[in-house]
Amino acid sequence: MPPALPGARPDFIQDIAMTNGNSEHVTYRVKHFDPDRDQAPRWQEYRIASSAGMTVLEGLWQLKETQAPGLAWRASCRMGVCGSCGMWINGKARLACNTQIAELESSFVTVAPLPNFDIVRDLVPDLTPMFDAHTVVLPFLIRSDRAEQESPTVEYHQSREELERYLQFSYCIKCGCCMAACPTFATDALYSGPMPLTQAQRYNSDSRDDGFGQRKTVLAGTAGPWRCHYAGECSRVCPKGVDPAKAIQLMKRELVLDFLRLRRHSRPTDLVEKPEGIKRRPDIPEAPARTV
Amino acid sequence: MLDVRGHPNRLGLWGWLGGGRWGTDRYLYTLHRLTGLGLLGYFVLHIIVTSSRAFGQQAWEQAMARVSGPLFLIGEYLVFIAFAFHAINGIRLVLIELGIGVGKPIEPVYPYRTSLDVQRPLAVGAVLLAAVLAVVGGLDFFVWH
Amino acid sequence: MRDQSLWTWHVIAGVVILVFLGLHMGVMHLDALLGLFNPEGGHPIDWGNVLARMKSGFFTVTYVVLLGAALFHGLYGLRNIVYELGPGAGLRSAVNAVLWIAGLALFAIGSWAAWAASRLATTL
Ligand code: SF4
Ligand code: SF4
Ligand code: FES
Repeated sequence: MPPALPGARPDFIQDIAMTNGNSEHVTYRVKHFDPDRDQAPRWQEYRIASSAGMTVLEGLWQLKETQAPGLAWRASCRMGVCGSCGMWINGKARLACNTQIAELESSFVTVAPLPNFDIVRDLVPDLTPMFDAHTVVLPFLIRSDRAEQESPTVEYHQSREELERYLQFSYCIKCGCCMAACPTFATDALYSGPMPLTQAQRYNSDSRDDGFGQRKTVLAGTAGPWRCHYAGECSRVCPKGVDPAKAIQLMKRELVLDFLRLRRHSRPTDLVEKPEGIKRRPDIPEAPARTV
Repeated sequence: MLDVRGHPNRLGLWGWLGGGRWGTDRYLYTLHRLTGLGLLGYFVLHIIVTSSRAFGQQAWEQAMARVSGPLFLIGEYLVFIAFAFHAINGIRLVLIELGIGVGKPIEPVYPYRTSLDVQRPLAVGAVLLAAVLAVVGGLDFFVWH
Repeated sequence: MRDQSLWTWHVIAGVVILVFLGLHMGVMHLDALLGLFNPEGGHPIDWGNVLARMKSGFFTVTYVVLLGAALFHGLYGLRNIVYELGPGAGLRSAVNAVLWIAGLALFAIGSWAAWAASRLATTL
């Protein structure tokens, strides 16, 4: 292979450009909905220039700058961290910032708001029901030592193995892609949905937590994991590899064992013992005063 | 709370089958539902028809005659296929939904390997086994009799 | 609490069905291969074979167990499907009531038939 000329693009970038056709143009099909003007959503097509490595979100910015100034969507971090830009892109729920146009392998980019949520405007879904369901499953550490939780003196003990029992589920960025993909949530508004259930399992399997009983009042009922039938879409679309379907099945096991009185109740972990006789090194400054 | 005038956008029943680009497991889920409904419908009729045995040979043979013929045979074979799929896929689902065969929580490192990939051999095995059962049943239904 | 217990029973019933319906299907539809419980030969639904199974206490009992398990499993599955279509609270309780009544009625018919059939078989 001849050495690459300075400035020449590496082969794989050329390959990606090829998949868009020689013109390197793509057609954006965007779902519009203006609550003040439209009775129902309508589709509009735009043609824009695309370049190698360009994301669907960058395409939207270009659209807004050149052709559709009124187009609304949510995005912030543009690096798959904030969870704002979940959209329905070419028939699948994905993050617009995390999806390159080239990986769609099509000259059409179809962008719609995440389904299963009301449309606020254009590409903006109303995620309130998801966050309500999230609140209901008490997504925080529940313990009896309230005073210690409010003003901690030392840390709670947790081993590496105990951490790994929930770490994967804590990567969730609450983007709602899983909720848009779930067939049950597509019809059943009373179902908590994959995100809230995964967060419930995240805390249930935290060795510092003692809230299984409290969360059970919601989880044992009709909003709980029983509405999940392992269609697996949530895990397939999750942009952070959180694997909600796995969390939900592990949750079902715990609840079934609980019903059969076979679940082992483990006490939440204790405080780490305060090390004694240790002095602060003079070159380390003292911790600032507490502000809350 | 924000006062938003949202436009409803649930996928609805269409979301159980179509409306997007879905993975294999969603179609297995849909098939499990459809076969389940079919089996339930058959089962209700079956309870009533076979109760005729309590009235003796004549009643039994009359009832059996009423549900014989090529159409019923094909129908029964469809029920058998539905049973084979629902049973074998059901074994897979019982295991998975009790958290067996989906793997432990792992650190998500791209490209992600989800529980779907971990249980894939189970899914493939279930479909193959159901297919084998359907073929053997087909031989019994149509060839060996 | 309801779904936690109902779903657990759904799974247990599923396993029971797997065993007994597996046997039933083996007897009925894999007879040429397995040749189980068909003392008269011929087709498994020939009266002679049916009578032999009606006589057997094992079949009478397992038919009733299978009947109950399958009705519960199937009707709970149907309830799931209906519930997931998002009916209102009133419709939900109506569906619940209808399914309970239908299930109990079918269970009564089926177990009566099994009992009457075994009585008939022993007198013949
Ligand atoms: S589980 Fe995944 S898809 Fe669902 S909200 Fe969290 S990050 Fe998004
Ligand atoms: S695995 Fe369960 S929660 Fe996830 S999409 Fe499927 S039905 Fe919904
Ligand atoms: S913009 Fe933050 S996740 Fe896409």
